[in-house]
Amino acid sequence: MKMTGSQILIESLKREGVEFIFGYPGGQVLPIFDKIYDAHFLKFILTRHEQGAAHAADGYARATGKVGVCMATSGPGATNLTTGIANAYMDSIPIVAITGQVKTFLIGNDAFQEADVTGITRPITKHNFLVKDINDLARIIREAFYIASTGRPGPVLIDIPSDIQMQEGEFIWPDKVELRSYKPTYFGHPGQIKKAAKLISQAKKPLLYIGGGVITSGAHLVLRELAEKIQAPVTWTLMGIGGFPANHKLSLGMLGMHGTGYANHAIMNADVIIAVGARFDDRVTGRIDAFAPGAKVIHIDIDPASISKNIRVDIPIVGDAKNILGELLEQIKKAPDITEWHKEVDGLKKKYPLKYKDDGKIKPQYVVEQIYEATKGDAVITTEVGQNQMWAAQWYRYDHPRTFISSGGLGTMGFGFPAAMGAKVGRPEKQVIDIAGDGSIQMNIQELGTCVANKINVKVVILNNGYLGMVRQWQELFYKKRYSQVNITSPDFVKLADSYGALGIKVTKKEDVRPAIEKALSIDNTVFVDVQVEPEENVYPMVPAGEAINKLIEGLA
Amino acid sequence: MRHTISVLVENKFGVLARIAGLFSARGYNIASLAVSETMDPAISYMTIVVEVKDEKILEQIKKQLNKLIDVVTITDFTKKEHIDRELVLVKVDYSSKDKARLENILSKHVAKLIQHKSDVAIIEAVGEQAQIKQLLDDLNKFGIKELVRTGRIAITK
Repeated sequence: MKMTGSQILIESLKREGVEFIFGYPGGQVLPIFDKIYDAHFLKFILTRHEQGAAHAADGYARATGKVGVCMATSGPGATNLTTGIANAYMDSIPIVAITGQVKTFLIGNDAFQEADVTGITRPITKHNFLVKDINDLARIIREAFYIASTGRPGPVLIDIPSDIQMQEGEFIWPDKVELRSYKPTYFGHPGQIKKAAKLISQAKKPLLYIGGGVITSGAHLVLRELAEKIQAPVTWTLMGIGGFPANHKLSLGMLGMHGTGYANHAIMNADVIIAVGARFDDRVTGRIDAFAPGAKVIHIDIDPASISKNIRVDIPIVGDAKNILGELLEQIKKAPDITEWHKEVDGLKKKYPLKYKDDGKIKPQYVVEQIYEATKGDAVITTEVGQNQMWAAQWYRYDHPRTFISSGGLGTMGFGFPAAMGAKVGRPEKQVIDIAGDGSIQMNIQELGTCVANKINVKVVILNNGYLGMVRQWQELFYKKRYSQVNITSPDFVKLADSYGALGIKVTKKEDVRPAIEKALSIDNTVFVDVQVEPEENVYPMVPAGEAINKLIEGLA
Repeated sequence: MRHTISVLVENKFGVLARIAGLFSARGYNIASLAVSETMDPAISYMTIVVEVKDEKILEQIKKQLNKLIDVVTITDFTKKEHIDRELVLVKVDYSSKDKARLENILSKHVAKLIQHKSDVAIIEAVGEQAQIKQLLDDLNKFGIKELVRTGRIAITK
């Protein structure tokens, strides 16, 4: 059947099951938007900035496990997407970004609103395409969704010149994707799994260290079975939050720079570390040559390049975490005897508890705890980046995957609010709450307009301390309290929310925190809760950059 | 240490940029690069010589290259018996009275005189890197005016 490029795009999106697109129109995507006008299977969410669209697609993908889609015009539209694309790339999130491009014969001509978008996004996408022939378009879209969502997922960009959007071509939807050079490994090597099972059976101090791969592969249930079978304590990275129930007795919480003291000490003392879908990032390992010196490491990951990149691995197993953990579970006949290890870990929990000084002031940790209690742990939490993010990771207890959505690898301020929007679109039945700072929220605050216009009712709790808190904390601890450019003013968030048609609540007293949260949750609108928290509260524990991860600063006497 | 790897890639626009970008983004050094078509017009062949501190980095390079969607296969020649060659063209100062001296040098090397005019001679040599280096050391005494050389290409035995 003959179709124009735009029709092929829309038909292909339909076949890929796309229901939502976050984006913004412009000159070089006019033919596409003309077809979107009639595409009733689609809900197009017009953001207020393309960066918001990319983050919303990302948040949607994280909350649902489906591919998120964003769209922008050529030049500035596309370059505005790039932070969001880089963010998705660092955290292995499947999104497809569709951008308009100037007409093929103008490419390279410095045409109006031209940018070399495939060039710019090459190092921040899993793959990208510039469509030069209408006959390639359907196949490229099919490949883009396939590449984005398989193997180690990631963003894929399709750049479509506007003349291709208008040209006619035959619509042929490929039955399947044939890429001779891309064949992800899903099943682990049986010999390696056997070796791992043997090592685990002999372990005295086994520990599971899990990352985002557990959530991506849907391995959380089998992981839990394995942990219970071998009775190994479980710690997770920021990306691994929700991969194992925080309320489980084997849970150690997050490890790393702002991890719990007991998780950090436990991994340093372990004799067998089972790493699942985690990549030994520098925020996790601290000083690399001092990391877990006595441990043998089993590393399960779908990306061979993640294995032995940062630390030496004894038993690498490449493949999908869910498959491999299932195999491993069957292979382990004898659970290791680890009573002593449990005693040691319990001792660490008593010695290094996660704590803060709860006094009459509004402590940010207290606010996060109140959010947890008010939602009974059933919300989807997104975060911005900095102190708010660490407190949200430490003080809310996540029992389910895809309930904690945060910019892990790139550390993008301004992510949480648009990501919450995307998450709410994907999970409308859930309360979605962005735990924000007063700095970060101002980076994509324009999306208030999108939320109100589309009735995407998210809640934003601003831990407002008048500072760029994490930078201030580092300046306090490592730069002699010389506070350089970390004081930040904010608008009156109540008036601001009101002017957009949302609701704002300001909280200045501790006893008002919980009622304000309850009220926000009960109202059928987007709500900003501006909580005036203790200005110079720090995130503890903390491992200074470059230190071993058991060299924690506690901060409390 | 230098290692030679070859990469078969899809012959599409932008692939060279992907490969080169991967090296620059991750801070790896390319010592030389040779790209050509293969018998299959859909596939190109790249021979890359990399300079790395240790095997671990070489492993990372291979793994990262493998992740690129357009990379079909990678061959690492480090532990494989292989033949490698480079081609060099050299322009040297030349006058007829030097002829015997130049021919004497060339006879010791894998080189031949392909053109000479009143004051310059152009010499071509194909050989392994060490052979090329020896030739250039000898020719240097003569006065090298200009020099071009290809990257290394390699084939397994």
